[in-house]
Amino acid sequence: MGWAIALHGGAGDIPRSLPPHRRDPRLATLRRCLDLGTAALRAGHPALDVVELVVREMEDCPHFNAGVGSVLTTDGTVEMEACVMDGNTMRCGAVSGLSTVVNAVSLARLVMEKTPHIYLAFHGAEAFAREQGVETRDPSHFITEENKERLRQAREANRVQIDYTEPIKGQEAQAPPEDDNSRIGTVGCVAIDSAGNLATATSTGGLVNKMVGRIGDTPVIGAGTYANRLCAVSATGKGEAIIRHTVARDVAAVMEHAGLSLQDAAARVVAGVPPGNVGLVAVSAAGEVSMVYNTTGMFRACATEGGRSEVGIWPDDDDDGAR
Amino acid sequence: MARWAIAIHGGAGVDPNLPEHRQEEAKRVLARCLQVGVDALRGGAAAVDVVEAVVRELESDPFFNSGRGSALTRLGTVEMEASIMDGRGRRCGAVSGVSTVKNPVSLARLVMDKSPHSYLAFDGAEEFAREQGVDVVDNSYFITEDNVGMLKLAKEANSILFDYRIPLGGSETCSAQAENPNGMVMNGLPISIYAPETVGCAVVDSNGFPAAATSTGGLMNKMPGRIGASPLIGSGTYACAACAVSCTGEGEAIIRSTLARDVAAVMEYRGAGLQEAVDYCVKERLDEGFAGLIAVSGAGEVAYGFNCTGMFRGCATEDGFMEVGIWE
Repeated sequence: MGWAIALHGGAGDIPRSLPPHRRDPRLATLRRCLDLGTAALRAGHPALDVVELVVREMEDCPHFNAGVGSVLTTDGTVEMEACVMDGNTMRCGAVSGLSTVVNAVSLARLVMEKTPHIYLAFHGAEAFAREQGVETRDPSHFITEENKERLRQAREANRVQIDYTEPIKGQEAQAPPEDDNSRIGTVGCVAIDSAGNLATATSTGGLVNKMVGRIGDTPVIGAGTYANRLCAVSATGKGEAIIRHTVARDVAAVMEHAGLSLQDAAARVVAGVPPGNVGLVAVSAAGEVSMVYNTTGMFRACATEGGRSEVGIWPDDDDDGAR
Repeated sequence: MARWAIAIHGGAGVDPNLPEHRQEEAKRVLARCLQVGVDALRGGAAAVDVVEAVVRELESDPFFNSGRGSALTRLGTVEMEASIMDGRGRRCGAVSGVSTVKNPVSLARLVMDKSPHSYLAFDGAEEFAREQGVDVVDNSYFITEDNVGMLKLAKEANSILFDYRIPLGGSETCSAQAENPNGMVMNGLPISIYAPETVGCAVVDSNGFPAAATSTGGLMNKMPGRIGASPLIGSGTYACAACAVSCTGEGEAIIRSTLARDVAAVMEYRGAGLQEAVDYCVKERLDEGFAGLIAVSGAGEVAYGFNCTGMFRGCATEDGFMEVGIWE
């Protein structure tokens, strides 16, 4: 028992040759966000506040694909989306198609708390953001030089580039040899506080060169994000596969209907998705933590009241690994 | 060969005072659309084609709120959404915020078949519709006189109205809303319990492949940009090898419980039969929300369930069973 927290910064085929200047800032951010979340849990903050706080911090970091640093659509624009869910009440909020809101995850929380709806998107979500007076910036604020370059490369390769993935077969020649610019990802955080409240949040800029209007798994309750009284889950990877397999909901469903532990349920669900497609972080009501992926790696971190604390990318970075 | 089966719905949560002639009209529309599906299944059509064809029929009829006759947003505009899922390979497509596409379910199908994504919304979905050359009409095509009046009522009551399909002549709607008999609220705002807002179809074809589709105009007086359960795979719509499910009702309750996926999960992980799974999910999952669903199994069974007053529905199986109903 006791509090526990886990976070991710995306899963994919992250090459072990990832150069230090690409790797280290992300690891440092993971560590900093883990410490932030841990301190908040120690101070007795509710899990919902903690996951929002941590995801905001990751959105503000340009090294991950959410908030500043979001990848660009085929038109060169940013369309951010996010989701938050509280396990005990099962209340949830989601947003898609944001172009000016600094912290999408906080707008998702406002949708949950201040509207009769769960999910607002595009113009309606932007109008709501203004009504609520959340911090907004010009769309150019979110666009980094790296992401412009990433889009240029994706357009040249004429493909939709999924976070972290290797070039599609037959197109290797068109892709840059060291495509490390694409290896950033969706961010998410799950937590259980010492009062036993579970919560999850996920935030993303989506896919490089995605069609305008594309919605991924992140804001879809049950796909990228889900929490109930048993567990809280945040998933990352290829959105279309995660939607089809209702990954986050299925971890909870396997626990509930098949009676498996968190670790076994998470492993079973991830194994059911084609290799290379998904990773997730999850915590259970019993205070267990699971970080599982069927990709080469996943930027991840976790800590528990019992003293476990890890930050890693590849399976052998810690004892948890890709079981 | 497996045995085909089909189930359709036109929304759950029916005003118990719905005039008799409106009830008859609803049944006629349901029977006609059901027959479209039955004929296609007898002709050997694939489940995914049948659910699309049937939902197109339901969308095109203004009686139910999807396509023509859709509910209006707070701004008086129509924002439609739909999704489709093929249990064979669990492929899926969805659209939201569609304002000119005559048949949103067919656009969802095109997202599944012709785009690298599974879900497109608002301007991007409209742009894709034009690229694909689907039938588009002016937004005013979808807006009916009745609904303009109902939006006015909803705004006066400062409420999100579900029961807007009752003709304006009757004052029952106003009083029912004002009294708000069940005191039901959604995130602290009063809503009416009668929610015939959505259409859907679930089918298993003679090869044993299930598919499902759902389409809606959403809620009267909804906020612009609001996305409900219908386009969300796992919530409003789901299909896998075990079954196909389409849900309707209070979208927010359906989303929280990922209702459609849960029917399949209860079958898959608990080994429950179709009706057992449907009953379990309606009873255990819908906390304080009101909703209903229809489902078919890979084995050719049909089932439905709801926890509100009535659901417009119909079903048929290869054995010759056919039923159209509204109340329990």
